[in-house]
Amino acid sequence: MLEINNLVKRYGKGAPVLKDLNLSVQGEQLMSIIGSSGAGKSTLLRCINRLVEPTSGTITLNGTEMTTLGAKDLRRARRRVGMVFQSFNLVDRLTVMENVQSGRLGYISTWAAITRRYPAADIERAFELMERVGIAQYANKRADELSGGERQRVGVVRALMQRPEILLADEPTASLDPKTSEQIMSLLRDLANELNLPVIINIHNVTEAKEFSDRIVGMRYGRIIFDDKPAALDAAQMDEIYAGTPSQDRQDMGAVA
Amino acid sequence: MDWARYTPAQRMKRYGAFFGVALLVTWALGSIDVIWEWVWDAPVQLADLFTRMVPPDPTNLETILWATWETINIATIATMIAVVLSLPVALISAQNTTPNVVCLWIGRFILVSSRSVNTIIWALLFVAIFGPGIIAGIIAIMFRSIGFLGKLLGEAIEEIDHAPVEALQACGASRFRVVLYGIVPQVMPAFFAISILRWDINLRESTVLGLVGAGGIGIILQGAIDTFQWQEVSMVLLTILALVIVGEVIASALRKKLL
Amino acid sequence: MTTPTTWRKPPFIASPVLRWAFYIAVAIYLVGTIGTLPIDWERASEGLTRAGRIFSGAFPPSFARSDLMITGFMESLKIAILATVLGLLLSVPLAFMAARNIAPKPVYFVGRGLFILARSFHPVIVAIIFVKAVGFGPLAGALTLTIYSIGFVAKLLAERIEEIDFGQVEALRSVGAPYLVTMVYAIVPQIMPRLVGLGIYQLDSNLRASAVVGIVGAGGIGSTLANAFGRYDYDFALAITMVIVGAILISEAVSGKIRKNMT
Ligand SMILES: Nc1ncnc2c1ncn2[C@@H]1O[C@H](COP(=O)(O)OP(=O)(O)OP(=O)(O)O)[C@@H](O)[C@H]1O
Ligand SMILES: [Mg+2]
Repeated sequence: MLEINNLVKRYGKGAPVLKDLNLSVQGEQLMSIIGSSGAGKSTLLRCINRLVEPTSGTITLNGTEMTTLGAKDLRRARRRVGMVFQSFNLVDRLTVMENVQSGRLGYISTWAAITRRYPAADIERAFELMERVGIAQYANKRADELSGGERQRVGVVRALMQRPEILLADEPTASLDPKTSEQIMSLLRDLANELNLPVIINIHNVTEAKEFSDRIVGMRYGRIIFDDKPAALDAAQMDEIYAGTPSQDRQDMGAVA
Repeated sequence: MDWARYTPAQRMKRYGAFFGVALLVTWALGSIDVIWEWVWDAPVQLADLFTRMVPPDPTNLETILWATWETINIATIATMIAVVLSLPVALISAQNTTPNVVCLWIGRFILVSSRSVNTIIWALLFVAIFGPGIIAGIIAIMFRSIGFLGKLLGEAIEEIDHAPVEALQACGASRFRVVLYGIVPQVMPAFFAISILRWDINLRESTVLGLVGAGGIGIILQGAIDTFQWQEVSMVLLTILALVIVGEVIASALRKKLL
Repeated sequence: MTTPTTWRKPPFIASPVLRWAFYIAVAIYLVGTIGTLPIDWERASEGLTRAGRIFSGAFPPSFARSDLMITGFMESLKIAILATVLGLLLSVPLAFMAARNIAPKPVYFVGRGLFILARSFHPVIVAIIFVKAVGFGPLAGALTLTIYSIGFVAKLLAERIEEIDFGQVEALRSVGAPYLVTMVYAIVPQIMPRLVGLGIYQLDSNLRASAVVGIVGAGGIGSTLANAFGRYDYDFALAITMVIVGAILISEAVSGKIRKNMT
């Protein structure tokens, strides 16, 4: 279970991008975060595994307080958080298998990492997962030889190799065509069920969000203004979430304060 | 394209530059310490030297070829060692991989001092330390190469795509493994290109090490010149020419094969 | 169907025979060359004490004879300037000769051959020949660096000419201008910016190289350095080296700045 309390993030001296944000994610569910550009969705996600350093507040993942960890403990904790990226972030010149196994980099010995002699159990799991998402035949191909949809599958398998306790996906389908995008979304939903894995997805496509999620969170200017079942999201609330621009919001809020 | 017309300001600038160069040349010519009779005599002297060089004399060809082999080895071994040693230097002197500012400055200091001192000057130093011979040559080439390789490799590291690196960090990989999986594969092509380029350069540099006593074919050249064996000199020169051209061919073949 | 539990990265050389042949060849080469290096450990350990002596002799660097150093440095500068100007002047006709799109085949091959020759020999070798032919001193240095400049400038200039816009050449030719005039009026303005850029770069290279060719007697600060080394004046040698390094850094920065401003 992920528990976020009073999270604040400001970049440099600017106005806070996340303002006193509270969020709790339990059990296996697929949760989508929507909100206009600049609302702070990526920032929120990246605060969870501390790719972005939170300014204040607490983030607790199954009892581990993430925000206070030192470098070594942070690495240990990051293994428990899988992440999938919009632009896949694969290492182009490595094979698919090496990319997939890099999800295990935190666990295996340096020697195994250098020589690419991965543990049998890891190889078996990699093939199982690749089989599951339909890329097993590409194990020996270089990552840059794959199509976008295939590359995102590699990205998903890499994250799952970590045996994560939660999966974060920052616009995982934004670089894909509509059909592939649907496939990846349903894959994520099915995996969430199969693996009992909570999944948080940042997404712009509201239709897809409604179709695939168990829960939708709407963000506007660093705050959560909607948090409910997809069915509860109606046109008025959509307007509320997507109205205005961050700079407009900033001025309004400034006037209020 | 209107190549013939310039604005008056441009024209002034051109005349200014031209005048400046003329002034510099006049200053240099006027104060340089040469005996002008020698200058006018130079073409004759060169022609004379040339006639004494032909035809090349192959009697010592075997010795020459052995020295050539030694030259190749100096260049190759020194390049290999330098490549290995330049890796950590490149890592600590690239902005995005350096552990801290102190390392960054140490790295930059190594690069600058290695690069600014020419191979021959390094060779002078190492001949003074280790005595004449191939070892001094190898170390000299190595010292000069580290700066070259480290600088170019460091620049390649700074230009990599950061996205995969971030993904590996998110997996909880240690710093070393992030470098191993995220950075090394990305700079591999640059790494090979730079190493091959330096090997090619080192082949040329190794031909002159002998002139300061640091081994290779230069020793034979020096010996032949000192004893006025001009036909052997031309033989050595031809061998060097062949060596350099073959080296260039190999380098470009390797480049094609590896990249 | 069972899931595989082993995986190997596809090797760089697919054929195992070739791969092992390659590994063995490399191993033999390394053992054969490094193993037979004439490493004299006694000498090497002696070398360490000698290095200690050299370094303690070199510190602190001595600027006592800075007049000698300034003279040497100025001479290097003069050599570099003259060689650059002369080299550029000679490069232009040579580049025309070696441009595939202008020169007739035989001329083209002669042109190419000339600068392959100029590029293949390290300046130190060229210098030692010139020293023998015209005597010790800056003359040999200037001639050496002229050749060195030609090897570099003419090659790049020829490449520039090969990618030139031929509209202007045709235009002038149709007016009935003689061949040489055509060349000068149509092509020279187009390669001028490149020539100036190369010249600035070459001046910088020549300054570096002049420190080196001096070591074999071709004048300039290199000769001063070689003399200091020969007389075991290590403190003076270190001072000279520091000046050379400083000058190279300055010259590199200046030339980089000028070229950046030009484009
Ligand atoms: N590294 C950074 N430095 C400074 N400001 C940043 C940085 N990253 C994001 N921001 C700012 O934080 C705000 C929120 O950005 P964030 O990327 O979290 O938005 P988002 O909701 O993910 O938008 P999008 O839908 O376009 O991805 C924006 O105003 C952005 O300019
Ligand atoms: Mg975003």
